[in-house]
Amino acid sequence: MPRLRRNRGMTALIQAQGLTIQRPGGHETVLHGVDFRIASGEIVTVVGPNGSGKSSLVRALLGHMPLAAGRVARKPGLRIGYVPQRVLVDTTIPMTVRRFLSLPRRVGDRDAAQALARTGVEGVEARQLTQLSGGQFQRVLLARALLHDPELLVLDEPTQGLDQPGIVAFYKLIEEVRRQTGAAVLMVSHDLLVVMRASDRVICLNGHVCCEGTPQHVSSAPEYRALFGAEAEGTLALYRHHHDHDHDLHHHHHAGAH
Amino acid sequence: MLDDFFIRAMLAGLGIAAVAGPLGSFVVWRRMAYFGDATAHAAILGVAISLGFQISIYAGTLLVALAMAMAISALVSRGQAMDTMLGVLSHSALAVGLVAISFVPQARSDLSAYLFGDILAVGRADLALIWAGAAGVLALLAWRWQRLLTASLNEELAMAAGIDPRTERLVLSIALAIVVALSIRVVGSLLISAMLIVPAATARGLSRSPERMVGNAMLIAAAAVMAGLWASLRLDTPAGPSIVAAAAGIFMISQAFRRA
Repeated sequence: MPRLRRNRGMTALIQAQGLTIQRPGGHETVLHGVDFRIASGEIVTVVGPNGSGKSSLVRALLGHMPLAAGRVARKPGLRIGYVPQRVLVDTTIPMTVRRFLSLPRRVGDRDAAQALARTGVEGVEARQLTQLSGGQFQRVLLARALLHDPELLVLDEPTQGLDQPGIVAFYKLIEEVRRQTGAAVLMVSHDLLVVMRASDRVICLNGHVCCEGTPQHVSSAPEYRALFGAEAEGTLALYRHHHDHDHDLHHHHHAGAH
Repeated sequence: MLDDFFIRAMLAGLGIAAVAGPLGSFVVWRRMAYFGDATAHAAILGVAISLGFQISIYAGTLLVALAMAMAISALVSRGQAMDTMLGVLSHSALAVGLVAISFVPQARSDLSAYLFGDILAVGRADLALIWAGAAGVLALLAWRWQRLLTASLNEELAMAAGIDPRTERLVLSIALAIVVALSIRVVGSLLISAMLIVPAATARGLSRSPERMVGNAMLIAAAAVMAGLWASLRLDTPAGPSIVAAAAGIFMISQAFRRA
Protein backbone atom coordinates (compact mmCIF):
# COMPACT_ATOMS: atom_id res chain seq x y z
CA MET A 1 0.00 0.00 0.00
CA PRO A 2 2.60 2.67 0.85
CA ARG A 3 4.36 1.92 -2.42
CA LEU A 4 1.18 2.60 -4.32
CA ARG A 5 0.61 5.90 -2.61
CA ARG A 6 4.13 7.00 -3.40
CA ASN A 7 3.56 6.33 -7.10
CA ARG A 8 0.30 8.12 -7.42
CA GLY A 9 1.86 11.52 -7.99
CA MET A 10 4.57 10.33 -10.37
CA THR A 11 4.54 10.90 -14.09
CA ALA A 12 3.14 8.07 -16.14
CA LEU A 13 5.49 6.10 -18.38
CA ILE A 14 2.57 4.93 -20.47
CA GLN A 15 -0.95 6.23 -20.30
CA ALA A 16 -3.87 5.04 -22.38
CA GLN A 17 -7.47 6.10 -22.64
CA GLY A 18 -10.43 4.33 -24.15
CA LEU A 19 -8.30 1.71 -25.94
CA THR A 20 -10.33 -0.33 -28.37
CA ILE A 21 -8.71 -3.01 -30.49
CA GLN A 22 -10.23 -5.11 -33.23
CA ARG A 23 -8.96 -8.33 -34.69
CA PRO A 24 -7.30 -7.74 -38.07
CA GLY A 25 -9.64 -8.53 -40.93
CA GLY A 26 -12.77 -9.37 -38.98
CA HIS A 27 -14.77 -6.90 -36.97
CA GLU A 28 -14.47 -8.78 -33.74
CA THR A 29 -13.57 -6.49 -30.87
CA VAL A 30 -10.73 -7.81 -28.71
CA LEU A 31 -10.57 -4.97 -26.22
CA HIS A 32 -13.07 -2.27 -25.50
CA GLY A 33 -12.62 1.06 -23.74
CA VAL A 34 -9.56 0.20 -21.66
CA ASP A 35 -7.90 2.90 -19.57
CA PHE A 36 -4.39 2.18 -18.44
CA ARG A 37 -1.54 3.85 -16.66
CA ILE A 38 1.83 2.77 -15.35
CA ALA A 39 4.16 5.00 -13.34
CA SER A 40 7.88 4.59 -12.81
CA GLY A 41 8.89 1.90 -10.34
CA GLU A 42 5.48 0.25 -10.33
CA ILE A 43 4.85 -3.47 -10.88
CA VAL A 44 1.54 -3.86 -12.70
CA THR A 45 0.21 -7.26 -13.69
CA VAL A 46 -2.50 -8.00 -16.21
CA VAL A 47 -4.40 -11.22 -15.57
CA GLY A 48 -7.30 -12.69 -17.48
CA PRO A 49 -8.49 -15.89 -19.16
CA ASN A 50 -7.17 -16.99 -22.56
CA GLY A 51 -8.39 -14.72 -25.34
CA SER A 52 -9.18 -11.89 -22.92
CA GLY A 53 -6.95 -9.50 -24.86
CA LYS A 54 -3.97 -9.41 -22.49
CA SER A 55 -1.30 -9.67 -25.17
CA SER A 56 -3.22 -7.35 -27.46
CA LEU A 57 -3.25 -4.74 -24.70
CA VAL A 58 0.51 -5.03 -24.26
CA ARG A 59 1.13 -4.80 -28.00
CA ALA A 60 -1.12 -1.78 -28.32
CA LEU A 61 0.63 -0.06 -25.42
CA LEU A 62 3.96 -0.67 -27.15
CA GLY A 63 2.59 0.67 -30.43
CA HIS A 64 2.85 -2.68 -32.25
CA MET A 65 -0.82 -2.82 -33.00
CA PRO A 66 -3.25 -0.39 -34.62
CA LEU A 67 -6.02 1.05 -32.42
CA ALA A 68 -9.64 1.08 -33.48
CA ALA A 69 -10.27 3.86 -30.94
CA GLY A 70 -8.62 5.58 -28.01
CA ARG A 71 -5.11 6.84 -27.60
CA VAL A 72 -1.81 5.81 -26.07
CA ALA A 73 0.77 8.26 -24.79
CA ARG A 74 4.26 7.00 -24.05
CA LYS A 75 6.78 9.18 -22.26
CA PRO A 76 9.01 10.62 -24.99
CA GLY A 77 12.19 8.57 -25.36
CA LEU A 78 10.90 5.87 -23.01
CA ARG A 79 13.42 3.02 -22.82
CA ILE A 80 11.56 -0.28 -22.84
CA GLY A 81 12.98 -3.75 -22.25
CA TYR A 82 10.62 -6.29 -23.75
CA VAL A 83 10.22 -10.02 -23.31
CA PRO A 84 7.49 -11.08 -25.74
CA GLN A 85 5.18 -14.04 -25.35
CA ARG A 86 6.35 -17.41 -26.61
CA VAL A 87 9.68 -16.37 -28.00
CA LEU A 88 10.19 -19.14 -30.47
CA VAL A 89 13.68 -18.37 -31.47
CA ASP A 90 14.23 -19.94 -34.83
CA THR A 91 16.32 -23.02 -34.25
CA THR A 92 17.77 -22.91 -37.73
CA ILE A 93 19.80 -19.81 -36.84
CA PRO A 94 23.01 -20.77 -35.06
CA MET A 95 23.20 -18.26 -32.25
CA THR A 96 25.24 -18.01 -29.09
CA VAL A 97 23.86 -16.20 -26.07
CA ARG A 98 26.56 -13.58 -26.47
CA ARG A 99 25.61 -12.88 -30.09
CA PHE A 100 21.93 -12.78 -29.15
CA LEU A 101 22.53 -10.04 -26.58
CA SER A 102 24.01 -7.90 -29.35
CA LEU A 103 20.83 -7.94 -31.42
CA PRO A 104 19.89 -5.49 -32.71
CA ARG A 105 22.16 -3.12 -30.78
CA ARG A 106 25.69 -4.27 -30.14
CA VAL A 107 26.82 -4.36 -26.51
CA GLY A 108 30.27 -4.72 -24.96
CA ASP A 109 31.43 -7.94 -23.29
CA ARG A 110 31.30 -6.36 -19.84
CA ASP A 111 27.72 -5.15 -20.16
CA ALA A 112 26.69 -8.53 -21.50
CA ALA A 113 28.37 -10.39 -18.63
CA GLN A 114 26.81 -8.02 -16.07
CA ALA A 115 23.30 -8.46 -17.44
CA LEU A 116 23.66 -12.25 -17.41
CA ALA A 117 25.03 -12.19 -13.87
CA ARG A 118 22.14 -10.01 -12.71
CA THR A 119 19.59 -12.54 -13.94
CA GLY A 120 21.49 -15.50 -12.51
CA VAL A 121 22.86 -17.06 -15.69
CA GLU A 122 26.50 -16.11 -15.38
CA GLY A 123 28.93 -17.43 -17.93
CA VAL A 124 26.50 -18.84 -20.51
CA GLU A 125 27.82 -16.52 -23.24
CA ALA A 126 29.25 -19.26 -25.44
CA ARG A 127 26.20 -21.54 -25.23
CA GLN A 128 23.85 -21.91 -28.17
CA LEU A 129 20.33 -20.59 -27.51
CA THR A 130 18.95 -24.00 -28.37
CA GLN A 131 21.05 -25.64 -25.65
CA LEU A 132 19.50 -23.59 -22.84
CA SER A 133 16.80 -24.96 -20.57
CA GLY A 134 13.45 -23.16 -20.48
CA GLY A 135 14.35 -21.34 -17.27
CA GLN A 136 17.79 -20.33 -18.52
CA PHE A 137 16.33 -19.06 -21.74
CA GLN A 138 13.78 -16.87 -19.93
CA ARG A 139 16.62 -15.46 -17.82
CA VAL A 140 18.68 -14.74 -20.92
CA LEU A 141 15.68 -12.95 -22.43
CA LEU A 142 15.32 -10.92 -19.26
CA ALA A 143 19.05 -10.13 -19.33
CA ARG A 144 18.69 -8.90 -22.89
CA ALA A 145 15.73 -6.75 -21.89
CA LEU A 146 17.83 -5.23 -19.09
CA LEU A 147 20.58 -4.02 -21.42
CA HIS A 148 20.40 -0.33 -22.36
CA ASP A 149 19.05 0.62 -18.93
CA PRO A 150 15.26 0.29 -19.41
CA GLU A 151 12.78 2.47 -17.49
CA LEU A 152 10.05 -0.05 -18.15
CA LEU A 153 10.20 -3.83 -18.44
CA VAL A 154 7.37 -5.42 -20.36
CA LEU A 155 7.04 -9.16 -19.81
CA ASP A 156 4.35 -11.10 -21.65
CA GLU A 157 3.83 -14.42 -19.87
CA PRO A 158 7.50 -14.64 -18.94
CA THR A 159 7.16 -17.91 -17.03
CA GLN A 160 5.61 -20.05 -19.73
CA GLY A 161 7.16 -23.47 -19.73
CA LEU A 162 8.69 -23.13 -16.26
CA ASP A 163 7.92 -25.48 -13.39
CA GLN A 164 6.51 -24.18 -10.11
CA PRO A 165 9.84 -23.55 -8.34
CA GLY A 166 11.10 -21.95 -11.54
CA ILE A 167 8.11 -19.62 -11.61
CA VAL A 168 8.57 -18.56 -7.99
CA ALA A 169 12.27 -17.97 -8.57
CA PHE A 170 11.57 -15.95 -11.69
CA TYR A 171 9.18 -13.55 -9.93
CA LYS A 172 11.64 -13.16 -7.07
CA LEU A 173 14.21 -12.20 -9.67
CA ILE A 174 11.88 -9.62 -11.18
CA GLU A 175 11.24 -7.99 -7.82
CA GLU A 176 14.96 -7.91 -7.22
CA VAL A 177 15.59 -6.31 -10.60
CA ARG A 178 12.99 -3.67 -9.84
CA ARG A 179 14.66 -2.95 -6.52
CA GLN A 180 18.10 -2.68 -8.09
CA THR A 181 17.23 -0.70 -11.20
CA GLY A 182 14.05 1.12 -10.24
CA ALA A 183 12.49 0.04 -13.53
CA ALA A 184 8.73 -0.23 -13.72
CA VAL A 185 7.41 -3.67 -14.66
CA LEU A 186 4.35 -4.49 -16.73
CA MET A 187 3.56 -8.20 -16.79
CA VAL A 188 0.98 -10.42 -18.36
CA SER A 189 0.58 -13.60 -16.40
CA HIS A 190 -1.26 -16.84 -15.86
CA ASP A 191 0.36 -17.56 -12.52
CA LEU A 192 -2.35 -15.99 -10.35
CA LEU A 193 -1.01 -17.09 -7.03
CA VAL A 194 2.56 -16.04 -7.40
CA VAL A 195 1.99 -12.96 -9.46
CA MET A 196 -0.46 -11.51 -6.98
CA ARG A 197 2.21 -11.44 -4.33
CA ALA A 198 4.75 -9.81 -6.61
CA SER A 199 2.55 -6.98 -7.92
CA ASP A 200 1.69 -3.49 -6.72
CA ARG A 201 -1.40 -3.36 -8.86
CA VAL A 202 -3.39 -5.98 -10.71
CA ILE A 203 -5.64 -5.45 -13.71
CA CYS A 204 -8.16 -8.15 -14.37
CA LEU A 205 -9.01 -8.18 -18.04
CA ASN A 206 -11.72 -9.87 -20.06
CA GLY A 207 -12.29 -7.80 -23.18
CA HIS A 208 -12.56 -4.84 -20.83
CA VAL A 209 -11.18 -4.05 -17.37
CA CYS A 210 -13.24 -6.20 -14.99
CA CYS A 211 -11.58 -4.95 -11.88
CA GLU A 212 -8.38 -3.26 -10.92
CA GLY A 213 -6.44 -2.37 -7.82
CA THR A 214 -4.16 -3.82 -5.19
CA PRO A 215 -3.78 -7.62 -5.23
CA GLN A 216 -5.85 -7.79 -2.03
CA HIS A 217 -8.64 -5.79 -3.57
CA VAL A 218 -8.71 -7.72 -6.84
CA SER A 219 -8.54 -11.14 -5.25
CA SER A 220 -11.68 -10.44 -3.25
CA ALA A 221 -13.55 -8.77 -6.11
CA PRO A 222 -16.57 -10.79 -7.30
CA GLU A 223 -15.66 -10.14 -10.98
CA TYR A 224 -12.27 -11.72 -10.45
CA ARG A 225 -13.71 -14.70 -8.62
CA ALA A 226 -16.29 -15.20 -11.35
CA LEU A 227 -13.54 -15.30 -13.97
CA PHE A 228 -11.10 -17.58 -12.23
CA GLY A 229 -13.36 -19.71 -10.05
CA ALA A 230 -11.52 -22.24 -7.95
CA GLU A 231 -8.12 -20.78 -8.66
CA ALA A 232 -9.32 -17.44 -7.33
CA GLU A 233 -10.24 -19.10 -4.04
CA GLY A 234 -6.59 -19.99 -3.73
CA THR A 235 -5.41 -16.41 -4.01
CA LEU A 236 -8.13 -15.22 -1.67
CA ALA A 237 -7.06 -17.80 0.88
CA LEU A 238 -3.55 -16.53 0.45
CA TYR A 239 -4.59 -13.04 1.46
CA ARG A 240 -6.78 -14.25 4.31
CA HIS A 241 -3.72 -16.04 5.54
CA HIS A 242 -1.60 -12.94 5.05
CA HIS A 243 -4.11 -10.90 6.92
CA ASP A 244 -4.33 -13.34 9.81
CA HIS A 245 -0.60 -13.44 9.97
CA ASP A 246 -0.46 -9.67 10.19
CA HIS A 247 -3.02 -9.75 12.91
CA ASP A 248 -1.02 -12.25 14.87
CA LEU A 249 2.02 -10.06 14.71
CA HIS A 250 0.06 -7.12 16.05
CA HIS A 251 -1.24 -9.28 18.77
CA HIS A 252 2.21 -10.38 19.79
CA HIS A 253 3.38 -6.81 19.81
CA HIS A 254 0.56 -5.88 22.07
CA ALA A 255 1.33 -8.81 24.28
CA GLY A 256 4.94 -7.77 24.45
CA ALA A 257 4.04 -4.19 25.36
CA HIS A 258 1.96 -5.28 28.19
CA MET B 1 42.64 -13.87 -69.08
CA LEU B 2 38.92 -13.07 -69.41
CA ASP B 3 39.15 -14.30 -72.99
CA ASP B 4 39.02 -17.84 -71.73
CA PHE B 5 35.42 -19.05 -71.48
CA PHE B 6 36.35 -21.29 -68.59
CA ILE B 7 37.82 -18.45 -66.51
CA ARG B 8 34.72 -16.38 -67.19
CA ALA B 9 32.49 -19.26 -66.13
CA MET B 10 34.48 -19.68 -62.94
CA LEU B 11 34.31 -16.00 -62.06
CA ALA B 12 30.58 -15.88 -62.79
CA GLY B 13 30.02 -18.92 -60.58
CA LEU B 14 32.09 -17.43 -57.77
CA GLY B 15 30.09 -14.20 -57.99
CA ILE B 16 26.89 -16.16 -57.52
CA ALA B 17 28.49 -18.19 -54.71
CA ALA B 18 29.35 -14.95 -52.90
CA VAL B 19 25.68 -13.85 -52.71
CA ALA B 20 24.26 -17.36 -52.38
CA GLY B 21 26.04 -17.71 -49.01
CA PRO B 22 24.31 -14.89 -47.11
CA LEU B 23 21.02 -14.88 -49.00
CA GLY B 24 20.78 -18.67 -48.86
CA SER B 25 21.32 -18.47 -45.10
CA PHE B 26 18.31 -16.18 -44.79
CA VAL B 27 16.29 -18.54 -46.99
CA VAL B 28 17.14 -21.38 -44.59
CA TRP B 29 16.59 -19.31 -41.43
CA ARG B 30 13.25 -17.93 -42.53
CA ARG B 31 12.09 -21.20 -44.13
CA MET B 32 11.71 -19.44 -47.45
CA ALA B 33 12.73 -22.41 -49.61
CA TYR B 34 9.41 -22.51 -51.44
CA PHE B 35 9.45 -18.74 -51.69
CA GLY B 36 12.80 -18.99 -53.45
CA ASP B 37 11.45 -21.69 -55.75
CA ALA B 38 8.42 -19.65 -56.76
CA THR B 39 10.49 -16.56 -57.43
CA ALA B 40 13.05 -18.52 -59.44
CA HIS B 41 10.45 -20.38 -61.45
CA ALA B 42 8.81 -17.08 -62.34
CA ALA B 43 12.10 -16.19 -64.01
CA ILE B 44 11.21 -18.45 -66.95
CA LEU B 45 8.22 -16.23 -67.61
CA GLY B 46 10.65 -13.32 -67.43
CA VAL B 47 12.82 -14.95 -70.08
CA ALA B 48 9.80 -15.38 -72.38
CA ILE B 49 8.83 -11.73 -71.92
CA SER B 50 12.43 -10.56 -72.47
CA LEU B 51 12.74 -12.48 -75.73
CA GLY B 52 9.26 -11.52 -76.90
CA PHE B 53 9.79 -7.81 -76.32
CA GLN B 54 13.49 -7.94 -77.10
CA ILE B 55 14.71 -6.50 -73.83
CA SER B 56 17.63 -7.68 -71.70
CA ILE B 57 17.12 -11.12 -70.16
CA TYR B 58 18.33 -9.72 -66.85
CA ALA B 59 15.81 -6.87 -66.87
CA GLY B 60 12.93 -9.16 -67.83
CA THR B 61 13.68 -11.82 -65.21
CA LEU B 62 14.33 -9.18 -62.55
CA LEU B 63 10.96 -7.56 -63.18
CA VAL B 64 8.99 -10.79 -63.16
CA ALA B 65 10.88 -12.15 -60.14
CA LEU B 66 10.22 -8.90 -58.27
CA ALA B 67 6.53 -9.01 -59.17
CA MET B 68 6.34 -12.61 -57.99
CA ALA B 69 8.13 -11.84 -54.74
CA MET B 70 5.78 -8.91 -54.05
CA ALA B 71 2.71 -10.99 -54.89
CA ILE B 72 3.80 -13.71 -52.46
CA SER B 73 4.57 -11.21 -49.71
CA ALA B 74 1.12 -9.66 -50.13
CA LEU B 75 -0.60 -13.05 -49.98
CA VAL B 76 1.41 -14.14 -46.98
CA SER B 77 0.64 -10.98 -45.03
CA ARG B 78 -3.05 -11.56 -45.75
CA GLY B 79 -2.66 -14.81 -43.86
CA GLN B 80 -3.09 -17.39 -46.62
CA ALA B 81 -1.90 -20.91 -45.90
CA MET B 82 1.69 -20.35 -46.87
CA ASP B 83 3.04 -23.65 -48.17
CA THR B 84 -0.01 -24.50 -50.26
CA MET B 85 -0.13 -21.02 -51.76
CA LEU B 86 3.57 -21.11 -52.58
CA GLY B 87 3.22 -24.55 -54.10
CA VAL B 88 0.44 -23.28 -56.35
CA LEU B 89 2.34 -20.15 -57.35
CA SER B 90 5.68 -21.87 -57.85
CA HIS B 91 4.50 -24.52 -60.25
CA SER B 92 1.98 -22.28 -62.00
CA ALA B 93 4.74 -19.75 -62.68
CA LEU B 94 6.92 -22.46 -64.17
CA ALA B 95 4.12 -23.88 -66.32
CA VAL B 96 2.93 -20.48 -67.56
CA GLY B 97 6.54 -19.52 -68.28
CA LEU B 98 7.10 -22.68 -70.33
CA VAL B 99 3.89 -22.08 -72.28
CA ALA B 100 4.81 -18.44 -72.88
CA ILE B 101 8.30 -19.31 -74.02
CA SER B 102 6.91 -21.74 -76.62
CA PHE B 103 5.54 -18.72 -78.48
CA VAL B 104 9.05 -17.34 -78.90
CA PRO B 105 10.62 -19.37 -81.71
CA GLN B 106 14.29 -18.60 -80.99
CA ALA B 107 13.93 -19.58 -77.33
CA ARG B 108 12.53 -23.03 -78.07
CA SER B 109 15.87 -24.34 -79.22
CA ASP B 110 17.79 -23.36 -76.11
CA LEU B 111 15.10 -23.71 -73.47
CA SER B 112 17.37 -25.91 -71.40
CA ALA B 113 19.88 -23.05 -71.20
CA TYR B 114 17.30 -21.07 -69.22
CA LEU B 115 16.12 -23.99 -67.15
CA PHE B 116 19.57 -25.29 -66.19
CA GLY B 117 21.87 -22.40 -67.01
CA ASP B 118 24.61 -22.03 -69.58
CA ILE B 119 27.52 -20.87 -67.50
CA LEU B 120 30.10 -21.71 -70.18
CA ALA B 121 28.48 -19.14 -72.50
CA VAL B 122 28.84 -16.26 -70.02
CA GLY B 123 30.35 -13.20 -71.71
CA ARG B 124 32.25 -10.22 -70.34
CA ALA B 125 29.09 -8.12 -70.09
CA ASP B 126 27.32 -10.91 -68.15
CA LEU B 127 30.29 -11.18 -65.87
CA ALA B 128 30.34 -7.43 -65.16
CA LEU B 129 26.61 -7.47 -64.42
CA ILE B 130 26.84 -10.52 -62.16
CA TRP B 131 29.63 -9.01 -60.08
CA ALA B 132 28.01 -5.57 -59.91
CA GLY B 133 24.70 -7.13 -58.87
CA ALA B 134 26.37 -9.41 -56.35
CA ALA B 135 28.27 -6.48 -54.83
CA GLY B 136 25.02 -4.50 -54.63
CA VAL B 137 23.14 -7.29 -52.87
CA LEU B 138 26.05 -7.92 -50.48
CA ALA B 139 26.18 -4.21 -49.63
CA LEU B 140 22.41 -4.17 -49.02
CA LEU B 141 22.60 -7.20 -46.70
CA ALA B 142 25.63 -5.83 -44.85
CA TRP B 143 23.95 -2.47 -44.34
CA ARG B 144 20.84 -3.98 -42.80
CA TRP B 145 22.54 -7.01 -41.25
CA GLN B 146 21.62 -6.44 -37.59
CA ARG B 147 18.03 -5.57 -38.44
CA LEU B 148 17.60 -8.48 -40.86
CA LEU B 149 19.02 -10.88 -38.33
CA THR B 150 16.81 -9.65 -35.47
CA ALA B 151 13.67 -9.77 -37.63
CA SER B 152 14.55 -13.30 -38.76
CA LEU B 153 15.12 -14.46 -35.20
CA ASN B 154 11.87 -13.11 -33.78
CA GLU B 155 9.54 -10.47 -35.19
CA GLU B 156 8.23 -9.34 -31.81
CA LEU B 157 11.73 -8.68 -30.52
CA ALA B 158 12.44 -6.77 -33.72
CA MET B 159 9.33 -4.62 -33.37
CA ALA B 160 10.20 -3.81 -29.77
CA ALA B 161 13.51 -2.46 -31.05
CA GLY B 162 11.77 -0.24 -33.58
CA ILE B 163 12.40 -2.54 -36.53
CA ASP B 164 9.52 -3.07 -38.95
CA PRO B 165 9.64 -6.77 -39.94
CA ARG B 166 7.75 -5.97 -43.14
CA THR B 167 10.53 -3.69 -44.32
CA GLU B 168 13.13 -6.38 -43.69
CA ARG B 169 11.01 -8.94 -45.50
CA LEU B 170 10.80 -6.55 -48.45
CA VAL B 171 14.57 -6.09 -48.45
CA LEU B 172 15.06 -9.85 -48.62
CA SER B 173 12.45 -10.21 -51.37
CA ILE B 174 14.23 -7.61 -53.47
CA ALA B 175 17.61 -9.21 -52.84
CA LEU B 176 16.18 -12.59 -53.82
CA ALA B 177 14.72 -11.23 -57.06
CA ILE B 178 18.08 -9.68 -57.98
CA VAL B 179 19.94 -12.91 -57.27
CA VAL B 180 17.42 -14.90 -59.32
CA ALA B 181 17.96 -12.56 -62.27
CA LEU B 182 21.75 -12.78 -61.90
CA SER B 183 21.76 -16.55 -61.65
CA ILE B 184 19.59 -17.42 -64.63
CA ARG B 185 22.60 -17.72 -66.96
CA VAL B 186 24.72 -19.53 -64.38
CA VAL B 187 22.55 -22.28 -62.90
CA GLY B 188 19.19 -21.65 -64.57
CA SER B 189 15.70 -21.18 -63.23
CA LEU B 190 15.21 -24.69 -61.87
CA LEU B 191 18.42 -24.84 -59.86
CA ILE B 192 18.70 -21.33 -58.40
CA SER B 193 17.03 -22.21 -55.13
CA ALA B 194 19.21 -25.31 -54.82
CA MET B 195 22.23 -23.03 -55.11
CA LEU B 196 20.80 -20.92 -52.28
CA ILE B 197 19.70 -23.69 -49.96
CA VAL B 198 22.23 -26.53 -50.27
CA PRO B 199 25.40 -24.61 -49.28
CA ALA B 200 23.57 -22.80 -46.45
CA ALA B 201 22.07 -26.05 -45.16
CA THR B 202 25.54 -27.61 -45.22
CA ALA B 203 27.02 -24.65 -43.35
CA ARG B 204 24.28 -24.78 -40.71
CA GLY B 205 25.70 -27.89 -39.07
CA LEU B 206 29.21 -26.51 -39.07
CA SER B 207 28.61 -23.07 -37.61
CA ARG B 208 28.06 -21.59 -34.17
CA SER B 209 27.10 -18.05 -35.18
CA PRO B 210 25.10 -16.55 -38.04
CA GLU B 211 28.16 -14.79 -39.41
CA ARG B 212 30.19 -18.01 -39.48
CA MET B 213 27.32 -19.79 -41.19
CA VAL B 214 27.29 -17.14 -43.91
CA GLY B 215 31.07 -17.39 -44.34
CA ASN B 216 30.97 -21.18 -44.48
CA ALA B 217 28.07 -21.15 -46.93
CA MET B 218 30.06 -18.83 -49.22
CA LEU B 219 33.09 -21.14 -49.08
CA ILE B 220 30.98 -24.25 -49.69
CA ALA B 221 29.18 -22.61 -52.63
CA ALA B 222 32.52 -21.53 -54.09
CA ALA B 223 33.93 -25.05 -53.70
CA ALA B 224 30.83 -26.46 -55.39
CA VAL B 225 31.27 -24.04 -58.30
CA MET B 226 34.90 -25.09 -58.80
CA ALA B 227 34.19 -28.80 -58.42
CA GLY B 228 31.13 -28.64 -60.69
CA LEU B 229 32.95 -26.78 -63.42
CA TRP B 230 35.89 -29.12 -63.21
CA ALA B 231 33.60 -32.14 -63.52
CA SER B 232 31.76 -30.49 -66.37
CA LEU B 233 35.03 -30.00 -68.25
CA ARG B 234 36.49 -33.45 -67.55
CA LEU B 235 33.33 -35.52 -67.87
CA ASP B 236 31.45 -33.32 -70.35
CA THR B 237 28.45 -32.98 -68.02
CA PRO B 238 26.10 -29.96 -67.98
CA ALA B 239 27.72 -27.25 -65.84
CA GLY B 240 24.76 -25.93 -63.81
CA PRO B 241 23.54 -29.34 -62.62
CA SER B 242 27.15 -30.40 -61.99
CA ILE B 243 27.64 -27.44 -59.65
CA VAL B 244 24.48 -28.26 -57.71
CA ALA B 245 25.42 -31.96 -57.64
CA ALA B 246 28.80 -31.00 -56.19
CA ALA B 247 27.07 -28.89 -53.52
CA ALA B 248 24.81 -31.86 -52.73
CA GLY B 249 27.91 -34.07 -52.46
CA ILE B 250 29.48 -31.69 -49.94
CA PHE B 251 26.20 -31.69 -48.00
CA MET B 252 26.21 -35.51 -47.82
CA ILE B 253 29.81 -35.59 -46.65
CA SER B 254 29.10 -33.00 -43.95
CA GLN B 255 26.14 -35.06 -42.74
CA ALA B 256 28.30 -38.17 -42.50
CA PHE B 257 30.85 -36.28 -40.43
CA ARG B 258 28.17 -34.91 -38.13
CA ARG B 259 27.01 -38.41 -37.31
CA ALA B 260 30.53 -39.54 -36.53
